This record gives sequence, structure tokens and C-alpha cells, in this order.
Amino acid sequence: MNILFYLFAVLAVLGASSVLYMRNPVYCTLSLVGAFFSLGVIYVLLNSEFIATVQVLVYAGAIMVLFLFVIMLLNVETEKRFPFRWRPPQVIGAVLAGVIFVQLVGLFANPRSQTGPLADYPADRLAREGTVETIGQLLFTDYVLPFEVISVLLLVAIIGAVVLAKRRVKNEGTEGQ
Amino acid sequence: MTFQLTQIDFQTILPSMIMFGMGMVVLLLETLRRSGSTTPLAVVSLLSLAAAGYASAVQLGWGGQGFSGSVIADDFSLAFNLVFVTATALVILISIPYLEKSGLKYGEYYALLLFATGGMMVMGSSLDLLMIFVGLEILSISSYILCGMLRADVRSNESAMKYFLLGAFATGFLLYGMVMIYGATGTIHLRKIGAALAQPEMYSNPYIWFGMGLLIVGFGFKLALAPFHMWTPDVYEGAPTAVTAFLSVGPKAAGFAALIRVMIEGLGRMHNEWDMVFWVLAALTMTLGNVVAIQQNNIKRMLAYSSIAHAGYILAALVVATEEGLGAILFYSLVYVFMNIGVFAILILAATPKNERLTFDDYKGFGYVSPLLGLAMFVFMLSMMGIPLTGGFVGKFQIFKAVVDQGYIWLAIVGVLNSVVSVYYYLRIVVVMYMQPQDSKSINEKPAFSLPLAVAITASLAGVVFLGILPAGWMEFSSHSVSVLVASF
Repeated sequence: MNILFYLFAVLAVLGASSVLYMRNPVYCTLSLVGAFFSLGVIYVLLNSEFIATVQVLVYAGAIMVLFLFVIMLLNVETEKRFPFRWRPPQVIGAVLAGVIFVQLVGLFANPRSQTGPLADYPADRLAREGTVETIGQLLFTDYVLPFEVISVLLLVAIIGAVVLAKRRVKNEGTEGQ
Repeated sequence: MTFQLTQIDFQTILPSMIMFGMGMVVLLLETLRRSGSTTPLAVVSLLSLAAAGYASAVQLGWGGQGFSGSVIADDFSLAFNLVFVTATALVILISIPYLEKSGLKYGEYYALLLFATGGMMVMGSSLDLLMIFVGLEILSISSYILCGMLRADVRSNESAMKYFLLGAFATGFLLYGMVMIYGATGTIHLRKIGAALAQPEMYSNPYIWFGMGLLIVGFGFKLALAPFHMWTPDVYEGAPTAVTAFLSVGPKAAGFAALIRVMIEGLGRMHNEWDMVFWVLAALTMTLGNVVAIQQNNIKRMLAYSSIAHAGYILAALVVATEEGLGAILFYSLVYVFMNIGVFAILILAATPKNERLTFDDYKGFGYVSPLLGLAMFVFMLSMMGIPLTGGFVGKFQIFKAVVDQGYIWLAIVGVLNSVVSVYYYLRIVVVMYMQPQDSKSINEKPAFSLPLAVAITASLAGVVFLGILPAGWMEFSSHSVSVLVASF
């Protein structure tokens, strides 16, 4: 188990960082798929089979395919380069990032951080009652309100897509020009 | 397998349900609208805001919890609901003429405002990190769309895009912070987090610290506190003016409501740790807002920096976290709604379809062109500065009194010095209005009368003056409303 964890953890980090380093956007997307898939495996190792399945189906599957479509439809032109130079904001940013990195290493190396309290659903209980059943039950009991209110969030996002993208720009909103 | 369904307590979320439901009704009505003006939709929206306000007012003093304790209708959330309803109602009033002048014919505008208000109400009334997050996202996504409504205007597109990207980034911080706190305490319920922190070993759990830091960064972005304010001026300048008025009051009040809940009910026991963080953020925010506002020539941009500065004053009251201080936050939120929307109403009234009239030079001699509007602007500016007999003075006085009472003398000194700095740029517009002669470029016609704007300006003026002269009622009510918070220290 431990070997699997380290293998896929390294793969996830490699995938995520090659999203940044790859030049071709299609390669970036594909490495993001790899990162999502490795995360899915880590979910399985954490006894969360349902979340693993959803992760692979929704993120690695549906969403990344959409990304690929968009990139191919946009027909990305020759890459634009932004040469990196060390200017004061970059220096300050790098120093702060270094400080936070050291603090995080200290944080996770701290033995206290290894022992969190067990939540209401430890692994053995989940194995007994089943992950999908537990999630379904929680969605319709304790978390029914967020579950329902998220529908408003989705509705707002749809309205936004229609309002901002679908209608043609005629001559409305020319003020201030 | 059998299990008990949660009891569905619709009363506890009644005001926000009215907002969401009526938002959908407005959307349906928009599809029935063939052509013509969107004003009827605005009237429907105003009526539904009145209904939500009434529902909140009726529930005062109840304090019922619902949905496994994830929402609560206590006086704190209901009082904030009243602030949100007032803010959105005034924004709708100033939007009616604005949409006509800018030729924006989308009825969805009003639906989005209602959804955003519902999101703010959810934020104020939730006792659980998940609901706070969902409410915040409803509010944020509605705001991104509202910013980009003027699609032919490049600056409006820029504003929406910037707000969306940076807002999504900030959401990441917020969510990551919530996850860390969940990981440490095993719960997302604020009062249970508060109870978990009673155990001494929990207190030294590094994840709590990490989570708290990330939460503060996330809220800092959303509330535009320095140094997380970078997006504010561009977003506020590019967004439609009526939306800018909304952004500078509504989401800020909602953000403070949620921040108070999290910091007092959830992490209250760590007050001695987070008070210095907020001390520094408050001092930075006020100073940066005021100092940069001085250099602005565009009034909308000046008001953006001024709203950053006011967020700093409000944050100073959170540092002390006493009943007095938290009550001052609620008091100041309402005052700020009135004075800020009042100024925006005057800007919209003076604008023409060709020219938005947003520079200081446009207002040369404005006090003589339109004496009444000049006087109203003068009063709003006095209130922003914090001159006695206006609501702004009482609000600031309460905040600084609470700060001094708890011994944060230096913070109060920074705040008062900042108020002095702010006099420069608030008075500048008064000087331009009354002491500089008109020229060919400035406004030289009396703005045409507009009923909704007249109502909005009168109501704001009445609010500012009333809260300045007879503040006792709302003051007592606000300190009573924060007393229902279960502080965990």
C-alpha cells in the first residue's frame, strides 16, 4: 500500500508540474489527466472508492475532454513567451514562498500533525456500511440543504453563460466610450 | 437500510428562499417580456426584497436552528438580512435609470441581484463551513456576471475576467483552509469546532493554524483587505456603476457577517492568536486605501479605494471581538450602505448616455448647477469623513471606542490619523463643487429628474442623517443582535 501511495503521489506531482512546464497546451491537458488519475488512485487507497470513481469519470473524463475540445477549437497559435526576469515583486514573492515552504515542512514533520481526531466515519465503519450508501444517506439527511442550494449556484452559472456568451452584442452598453 | 430524514425547517431559511424563488420568477417574467423596459422586473424585485425583509423582521428574537443545525435564524443573521435587503433595494432603485442610460436591456440583471442577495443571506445565517462556502459562491458567481454585463465595453469585460480569475483563486484558499480545519477537528460545524478547540491538545494542532491562516487569506481576498486588494480598483472601475455600488456594500457586509461567525463562534478561543493578524491587516488596509485614494482623478476609482479604507475601519472592530465592537460592525455596515449608495446615486443621476461624468473636473460648479444634489453630496462626504451629526461619525466613534476600551490604543491612533487623511479627498469633491467655476467640459445642465433616483437619494440621506442624530435605536439593536453569538472564549 505504501509503495502504491508513493508511486502515485509522485506521479500526481509530476503531472501537475508538467502542466506548467509543457509548451503545447494539448500536452498540458493530458498531463492534467494523468494527475487527476493518480489522485483517483490515492482516493482508492484512502478507502474512498466512490470519490475515486467520480474523480476519474468527471474530472479525468468529462471535464478534461471538454478542455481538449476547447483547446483544439481555439486553434492555439504560436506560443507567446513571457520572459521571466527578477524584479522586486518576483524577489519578494520567491522569498515569501520559501518562508511558507519551510513552515509547511516544519508543520508536516511535526509529530502532532500525524494524529488528527477520527471523524464520524472512520475506515472500518465505511467498509461495513459502504461508501456510496453513506454518502447518499448524508446527502439526504445532514447535508440536504447544501445539496439543494448548490442547484441555485448551478442555475446562476448557467444564466451567466447565456447572458455573457450566447446573445449577440448589438449596440448595447456603449456608454463610456 | 432505514434512516431518519432530516426535518425540513423551511422557516429557518425563509428570507433566502424568498430571494431564490423570486429570482427564478423574475427569470420567467423576463422570457415573457417581448420588448420594452425592464422596469416591471425591478418592481417585482423590490416587492420580493420587501417580502424577505418582512420575513426577517417577523422572525426577530426567534433563534431557531434547522437542517441538522447547519443554519440558524438568530438576531445576528436576521439583522444582517435587513442590511442586505436595504442595500439591494437601494441598488435596484439606482439600477432602473442606469440600465436605461446605458442601454442594458437584460432582465437577468435583477434576477442575479436577487440570487446574490440570497447568497449573502445564506452566508450570514449558516453555522457550518459548507453552507458559508455555498452562499459565498452564489454571491461571487452572480457578482462576476453582473460585472461583465456591459458586453460592448472592454473595461467591463476586463473587470469580470479579473474578478473571476482572482475570485476563483481566493476561493481555493478559503476551501483549503476549511478542509484543514475539518481535518484537525473532524467537523465543519462552527460550534462543534469551537467545542473541539476546548481540548488543549487540539489547540496545538498545526492543521488548525494552517487552516486559520488560509481562511484569513481567503476572506481577505473577498473583502478586499490589503494586501489582498489588488483586484478591487480595476473591477470597481470597469463594472457597471450600479453594480459597483452593489459590490462595495453588499458582499462586504456579507463577508464580514460570515467572517464574524467563523472567527467568533468557530475560532473564538484562538482570539489571542488572530487578533494581531487582523490588527496588522486593519492598519494596512485603512492606510493603503486612504493614501492611494488621494491620488485618484476618477471618482469611481476613488470610491473603490475609499471602500478598501472603510473595510479597514470595520476590521478594526473585529480585532477587539467584544459585543461593543461587533455591534459597531453591524451599525457601520448599515451606515456605509446609505452613504456609499447615496454617492453612487448622484453619480448615476449626473451621467449621460454619452459621458459617464466620473472625473472630478466634471463636477466643477456642480453645487450651483444643482443646489440640492450638491448639498446631498456634501452630506454624504461629511458622513464618509466621519463628521458629527452624520451616521459616519457615530459608526467610527463606536468602532474606535471599542478599540480603545480593549487597550488597542495604537490601532485607534492609526484609525483616527487615517480619518484625517481621508478628509483630503472627500473634501476635494466638495471644493470642486462649490469653489471652482464651471467650464465648458463640466456638467452645466441640471440633471433630469428621475423618480427612482430621487427616492434612493432621499432614503440614503434620511438614513445617514437619522443614524447620525438618533443612533440609539439601531445601536442598541445591533449590540443586542451580536449578543446572541455563542462566543467560544
